[in-house]
Amino acid sequence: MYNFSFEKVKSVEEAVTAIQKAEDGKFVAGGQTMLPTMKHRLAGPSNIIDLSGVESLTEIKAHNECVTIGAMVTHRSVASSPEVLRDIPALAKLAGNIGDPAVRNRGTIGGSIANNDPAADYPAAIIGLGATVNTNKREISGDDFFTGMFETALEEDELITSISFPVANVAAYMKFENPASRYAIVGVFLVKLSDNVRVGVTGATACVHRGRRLEDALNKNFSPAAIDPVELSVEEMNSDIHASAEYRAHLVKVMTKRAVEACN
Amino acid sequence: MVNVSMSVNGKSVTGEVEERTLLVQFLRENLRLTGTHIGCDTSQCGACVVHVDGVSVKSCTMLAVQANSTEVTTIEGLAANGDLHPMQQAFKDNHGLQCGFCTPGMVMSAIDIVNRNGNDLDETTVRKELEGNICRCTGYHNIVKSIQAGAKSMGG
Ligand SMILES: Cc1cc2nc3c(=O)[nH]c(=O)nc-3n(C[C@H](O)[C@H](O)[C@H](O)COP(=O)(O)OP(=O)(O)OC[C@H]3O[C@@H](n4cnc5c(N)ncnc54)[C@H](O)[C@@H]3O)c2cc1C
Ligand code: FES
Ligand code: FES
Repeated sequence: MYNFSFEKVKSVEEAVTAIQKAEDGKFVAGGQTMLPTMKHRLAGPSNIIDLSGVESLTEIKAHNECVTIGAMVTHRSVASSPEVLRDIPALAKLAGNIGDPAVRNRGTIGGSIANNDPAADYPAAIIGLGATVNTNKREISGDDFFTGMFETALEEDELITSISFPVANVAAYMKFENPASRYAIVGVFLVKLSDNVRVGVTGATACVHRGRRLEDALNKNFSPAAIDPVELSVEEMNSDIHASAEYRAHLVKVMTKRAVEACN
Repeated sequence: MVNVSMSVNGKSVTGEVEERTLLVQFLRENLRLTGTHIGCDTSQCGACVVHVDGVSVKSCTMLAVQANSTEVTTIEGLAANGDLHPMQQAFKDNHGLQCGFCTPGMVMSAIDIVNRNGNDLDETTVRKELEGNICRCTGYHNIVKSIQAGAKSMGG
């Protein structure tokens, strides 16, 4: 790991000023992705700005059919939050199955979505639930936030402050996990609303996406059988040592069916 | 260089370290608390698990400066007045170790599991909760047994 200057800030304003002043600054949240990346020298920031002292980023609030989760809330806190368990149980369950207990004790929701790993879990929930990402500058619709592999709509000096999720009682996340890391080989977050269905798919392609063809089929007939005739583009699927493109395409359908069953 | 100060096993400690110093390096190299092991250095194996402010953390994936002003507990801090902690005793009684390399991390994770899930643990819970700790020797059976027994005796 290359060395860097370290600064722990107390407010969003201080964090933004610090990153604007730095030559090549990076925020650190739980460090569960940042530090491994720096050890591999895939990142070598000049300045690390630690957000763990910014108290306003650690709140969970339920309001107006919405649950707003601060960027610095850990996976463990989301998994055990009474508000999340009551209003979006599928999200609490997702958080409780990220990595392992020690990773969940440090890793945060803001860090996970800012990183946008193609196999991360939270992005599927942002897309599936139609969440909004709040930053120090603006509100970004979940559908516009993830722009490519490890890429997001965030600007260099933009900080995620919280994420607002609409309440959803009929929702399920099904993950076919990598047995070593627990990352999603394929993960499907399905939400059944009063008038339509939303499907967020992670792990399958270079970037999390909405499963429009799956949604269309389920909007006509909300049953596992409706998924059988859906054709997914194998060319767009990831292919690596963990799973071939064909296998991933198959898994997307299997995970979607399981999610439908869990919602019925 | 930065100055760090924290409480480790109930004692206040200070040190001057490079910013990039990991908590595990600070514990092992500065404080000579070599019970905390480095197995993988890639956040996978759990040999380096310690408690920071009461919860389990992989100390190879936290900077020493991030632990500034916290309370850290390592495997060396568990035994009180020469008596093994009930979880350590349970590992000893149930053959929960062979080479012992993973054991400090296993014991620290085990106590965290009990803190979150209580004293009556079924096998499935223990196995699921141990996902972040790797053992090359035991095949896990006796580790699971040790944790179930240790959880009971921690309840008194
Ligand atoms: C062993 C292991 C297993 C894992 N398994 C899984 C898994 O199964 N599923 C899964 O989804 N993830 C998994 N992860 C990743 C984990 O969830 C990380 O916690 C997460 O990806 C990053 O969160 P963090 O808080 O640690 O962020 P950091 O590592 O601190 O930061 C990550 C990136 O986000 C940026 N950032 C952080 N906070 C903000 C903010 N508020 N605004 C703007 N930018 C910000 C940082 O600058 C950095 O670029 C695993 C990690 C490990 C080590
Ligand atoms: S040495 Fe920290 S997880 Fe392996
Ligand atoms: S006892 Fe040898 S690694 Fe676990």
